[in-house]
Amino acid sequence: MSGTTLFGLCAAALVGLGLYGLICQPGALRKILAFNLIGSGVFLLFGVIAQRGGGVLALAGTGADGDPVPQALVITGLVVAFAATAIAVTLLVRLAETSARGTLEGDEPPAPESSDARRT
Amino acid sequence: MLAALFADLMDLGGLLLVIPLMLPVVGLLLALLVRGRTLGRFALALLLLGLAAAAVIAAAVATGDQALHYQLGGWAPPLGVALKADGLSAVMLLTTAVVLLGVGIYAQRGFQVPAGLPETRRSLAFWTLLCGIWGGINTVFLGQDLFTLFVALELLTFSAVPLVALDGRSETLAAALRYLLFALLGSVLYLLGAVLFYGTYGTLDIALLADLIAGADTLPPAVPVAAALMTVGLLAKTTLFPLHLWLPPAHAGAPPAASAVLSALVVKGSFFLILRIWFDLMPALLTLTAAQVLGALGAAAILFGNLVALRQTRLKLLIAYSTLAQIGYLFLIFPLAAGSSSVALTAGALQVVAHACAKAAMFMAAGLIAASLGHDQIRELRGSGRTLPLTVLAFGLGGLSLIGLPPSGGYLVKTLISAAAVDTGQWWLYLVVQAGGLLTAAYLFFVLSQAVPGPRQPTPPHERPRLAQQLIVLALALCALLLGLLPLSAVDLLEIGRPAAADSGAVSALLADAWTLDKLWASLWPVLIVAALVLAVRYRQQRKPPRPEGTSATLSPGRALDQLDHLLRQWPVAGLLLLVLVAALVQTMLVGG
Repeated sequence: MSGTTLFGLCAAALVGLGLYGLICQPGALRKILAFNLIGSGVFLLFGVIAQRGGGVLALAGTGADGDPVPQALVITGLVVAFAATAIAVTLLVRLAETSARGTLEGDEPPAPESSDARRT
Repeated sequence: MLAALFADLMDLGGLLLVIPLMLPVVGLLLALLVRGRTLGRFALALLLLGLAAAAVIAAAVATGDQALHYQLGGWAPPLGVALKADGLSAVMLLTTAVVLLGVGIYAQRGFQVPAGLPETRRSLAFWTLLCGIWGGINTVFLGQDLFTLFVALELLTFSAVPLVALDGRSETLAAALRYLLFALLGSVLYLLGAVLFYGTYGTLDIALLADLIAGADTLPPAVPVAAALMTVGLLAKTTLFPLHLWLPPAHAGAPPAASAVLSALVVKGSFFLILRIWFDLMPALLTLTAAQVLGALGAAAILFGNLVALRQTRLKLLIAYSTLAQIGYLFLIFPLAAGSSSVALTAGALQVVAHACAKAAMFMAAGLIAASLGHDQIRELRGSGRTLPLTVLAFGLGGLSLIGLPPSGGYLVKTLISAAAVDTGQWWLYLVVQAGGLLTAAYLFFVLSQAVPGPRQPTPPHERPRLAQQLIVLALALCALLLGLLPLSAVDLLEIGRPAAADSGAVSALLADAWTLDKLWASLWPVLIVAALVLAVRYRQQRKPPRPEGTSATLSPGRALDQLDHLLRQWPVAGLLLLVLVAALVQTMLVGG
């Protein structure tokens, strides 16, 4: 198995694990971590693509090995994912402070009484 | 002198496109210096400049009869990043500027720093986030690079999410967190699609990619997968049914000015990218089946959103569900694109503009009513028509555009979609459009029938809205209502910068008999019947005492609808539906193509 295939499979596994966590885990913190897993998978895939070449430089016939453009994009992507995580964690901390709960399930109370009961 | 300045500015050409990106960033940075009581005025001044810039760009595109291009730093794609404003972008920029200016005027009061305080977090947060949304959405309209667009979308989302939780109550914090996490799932799918495009073609520039895709004999399997991932990721952010788990609590819980921006603009940013993908990037890949999947979801959104809106007891939740339904109309255009892409695009763009103005007006009107009454329970709106006549009028006028009555922008949208649906033999679309209009009419008249009658309230209102707020809400509603009266040449602006269509004139042909008397009457009489029915039901309700809660049949269709909505808005259900949708879109593209 070549390196690119191995890393590609790792990326797919990370994305799969992250999707599972984001969809099935009820805890908001786990969802945030799962999002970061998917993000890592996507960035790893981007790295694999960079290693494989075939980008702008290869098309231009420079004979360069590998492609530097994805690295620049991955760094930007990391910053975006970091910002997203920061906002999500801040919201979660505030939510835990105001209502002492850490899940997103059942925040649509079917009847108003139950939500009042929870808030008190 | 002003005219000379205007002409000078238009000579700038592509460089103009930098202005709508610079102004919000300048606002964001300077807001930290300005702060305090002048911040609202400062933001308003910037928004005015933004409106002027958008008008100049639209004029330059219209008079030049071609798209404006600009390459950042003089670097050409694929290494550099290009900006482009075609007619569609210009119209969107202008709409954004108008709606944001309206919101800016409206929010002067709600987000002003109270006397005696140097500054408040609420005020600083609102105005900076508004600038963030403005910058993000302008970049979405102008960007030509899939990765730039990703960053722009994230800027848009990250500015929109905290707006939801501005008041810091636990419900709104939870709504904001749900919104953020689901939007992140959407954006990571979009990014995955973009990465697959890069891996296949080695570039992310839309124009270059479009050439490569159009030139290829056979498409590598990564392309349909990437297209499906990007589309579904964007659908999660646009909240097309059934991916609407975060929309109602988020849009209904935010402060009114924020709800207006979220509902009118933010969801349209991701929709605009869907348009870019399917109409610019790979028009050939939009197979009839794929288009019909999107159209069917749109139709379901219209019926479901309107029916659930009818069940709501709070005014802001009703408006939020109505947004869900109105987003559905945006996706009805995809099945029509098979007949004529210019008709589809025109209908989509008109719907974006009409809904943006109408919905911003309605959310802000609801905010004024709620501030004056101290609540927004629909059944207790009695007398608000006397206390706030202008506001209730604005709410009603905005609603007329949502129903699609002439002369509103909504009427043009419905006429275009109906006529194109009949032309292409897709009768189900025609029926959905008509049914959607009548359902909208039902809840609009229900609200009005509660609000209009009744004496002026004896108790003093909680908060008297300013006349300026009432007038700006009315002005936005009038924008939506009078949009239909724009001359047809204004619609031609949308075509500028697109490849010359073989079916030019299709739009004007379909709109030609929109203003004949029997057409007008045909759109009016069903709505009048609905109005009469609503009044009759309301009269009966007043005569009979309401049934006590809990005694009604447990299997009533209304209750079933609520339960279905509740089920669809569970995380696991929405997440799985998202994945199913990706698989379905890939399947339709592989089989249909």
